[in-house]
Amino acid sequence: MATRVETVEAKEVYAKLTARKVLFIVVGLGGLAALVLVSTSLGSADLGVSSVASAIAARIFPFLNLEVSSKVDVIVWDIRLPRIVLGIVAGAGLAISGAAMQGIMRNPLVSPFTVGISSAAGFGASVAIIFGAGVVGVQKYLVISNAFVFALLAAFLVYSLARIRGMRPETLILAGIALMYFFSAATSLLQYIASQEELHAVVHWLFGSLTGASWENIMVVSIIFACCLPFLIKYSWDLNALVAGDDVATTLGVNTRRVRTVCMALATLITAGIICFTGIIGFVCLVAPHITRMIIGADHRFLLPCSCILGGLLLLGADTIGRTAFQPTTIPVGIVISIIGVPFFVYLLLRTRKEYFQ
Amino acid sequence: MKLEIRGVEFKYGSVLVLEDISLGISDGEVLSLVGPNGSGKTTLLKCINRILKPKRGAILVEGRDVSRVGLKELARSLGYVPQSAPPSFPLTVFDAVLLGRKPHVNWKLGERDKEIAFGVLRLMELDDMALRLFNELSGGEKQKVLMARALSQEPQVLLLDEPTSNLDLRHQLEVLELLIDMVKEKSLSAVMAMHDLNLASRFSTKIVMLKHGKIYAAGEPREVLNSDNIKEVYGVETTVNSNSGRPYIIPSTPIGKAHKTKVISKIMIREDLTLYV
Repeated sequence: MATRVETVEAKEVYAKLTARKVLFIVVGLGGLAALVLVSTSLGSADLGVSSVASAIAARIFPFLNLEVSSKVDVIVWDIRLPRIVLGIVAGAGLAISGAAMQGIMRNPLVSPFTVGISSAAGFGASVAIIFGAGVVGVQKYLVISNAFVFALLAAFLVYSLARIRGMRPETLILAGIALMYFFSAATSLLQYIASQEELHAVVHWLFGSLTGASWENIMVVSIIFACCLPFLIKYSWDLNALVAGDDVATTLGVNTRRVRTVCMALATLITAGIICFTGIIGFVCLVAPHITRMIIGADHRFLLPCSCILGGLLLLGADTIGRTAFQPTTIPVGIVISIIGVPFFVYLLLRTRKEYFQ
Repeated sequence: MKLEIRGVEFKYGSVLVLEDISLGISDGEVLSLVGPNGSGKTTLLKCINRILKPKRGAILVEGRDVSRVGLKELARSLGYVPQSAPPSFPLTVFDAVLLGRKPHVNWKLGERDKEIAFGVLRLMELDDMALRLFNELSGGEKQKVLMARALSQEPQVLLLDEPTSNLDLRHQLEVLELLIDMVKEKSLSAVMAMHDLNLASRFSTKIVMLKHGKIYAAGEPREVLNSDNIKEVYGVETTVNSNSGRPYIIPSTPIGKAHKTKVISKIMIREDLTLYV
């Protein structure tokens, strides 16, 4: 009888744990909504949170017939919201890509950037900026499309190299790091021969910022993200199994090669889709999954969606600070997130029990 | 016959690792594979659970050829307990055990799946640690949880790769007692690779002794574990006593200089392994 009672208790506690994870999602989404309002109200033109709220509501719910001045409407919808929404989508996309990559590689040091995507994108962008030439695309889209194509190219190269060795995590990581160095060196070479003006543009691109945000960009990034998300979520169980080891995963009926390949392709696609518009915003994709795991644990069914929320919060928070702290100068979010994020992450790391990864 | 192996042959590259292995195991039996390092124990286990693909021969689980059923379907009748778990992110013991339901679910877990996972934990008297983190457990506790995961798959055949190699004396006995209890309780069949001949002797119904990838001797513990066989296969002089009907081995000295066995480098195994997954 005693064990029976314990089991019932364990069940209740487990239900509570699950409820806590759901609560994380609800609170996270609420926090995100609040942050959007606050962030939209901050900037050189002073707007109140309530006027921002009604400006947003006026377009989403036209039937309410809210009175909003056209100046506020323009500031909110044309200037601030694109940047904010891109920040959220980019943060969410980078975070889920990071979570998926860490899962398939069974390695806490990995992010999509480990497989060379970022430095290849940087190289592609540099080529477009310095030579004005690209693989595809014209004029205004040249840098974007070139960065995107090179990012995918790098991932494909890593994949092809790793495939020879059966998609083992070690090979994927080593091949990725090798390519990363290669493309970094190639970018440095381009910087070396570039003119002052070009150099400035390249360096600025490499910082990573949300300055170029537009509804058009958001549309593209969101479509890619929305198409990949369901597949990643669908693979939650397979990712849990992969983390338990390849042999175990295979004997649980998981085709490890396929899961690794598909998840890597999806993570790459999302990441490339984001950084080709924003430049290299690192750190979110490495850290958002870790922070999420520290709070709700490593079950990918919850880890993936929760990482998205946390990634969105982190990136939007960092960009809001970068945008407002030293007005009128805007500090690129890629810089802010590392400067603020690293101490925060180190603090969490020290606080967490040593069993986080072992 | 739960598991039947017919004339299995396996090569890593050109090195023959398993040659003409045939054996069968029925309900409630615990079969131990013994033999020196590199004799093919682990390779045979990996052929059974389809991590490796034999060059020749057939392996049948509940009468079905494993090379012809899907991985997921195979996972419903075959559970695997690894030697140890790799380092991983924090997961509760319950979630780790619940993973065993993977071959039975698509995405959404039913109440029944949770019920089964809790049931296994209760049966193995692990329910008090259900909500602890798997990472925090000791080696022995981890081994039990890995077994619980395999059992929650509701398999007919359980494969174990040296389940006691990282455990202290008490945990070795606990884990193996638990295993034979479960085998009886659910009338399963278990195949395990073992290094410790005395544990194998005490807890198995059948022993298969491998040498250079071939079956050197097979049968009940008292038929297989005698000093002649051990001398021939391991190159070690031993005294074999009888302990309540089962042989008890006391090793004395290795014979001559280092007894050469074919040890295949880990790297080579890795490379080839991946080709067949």
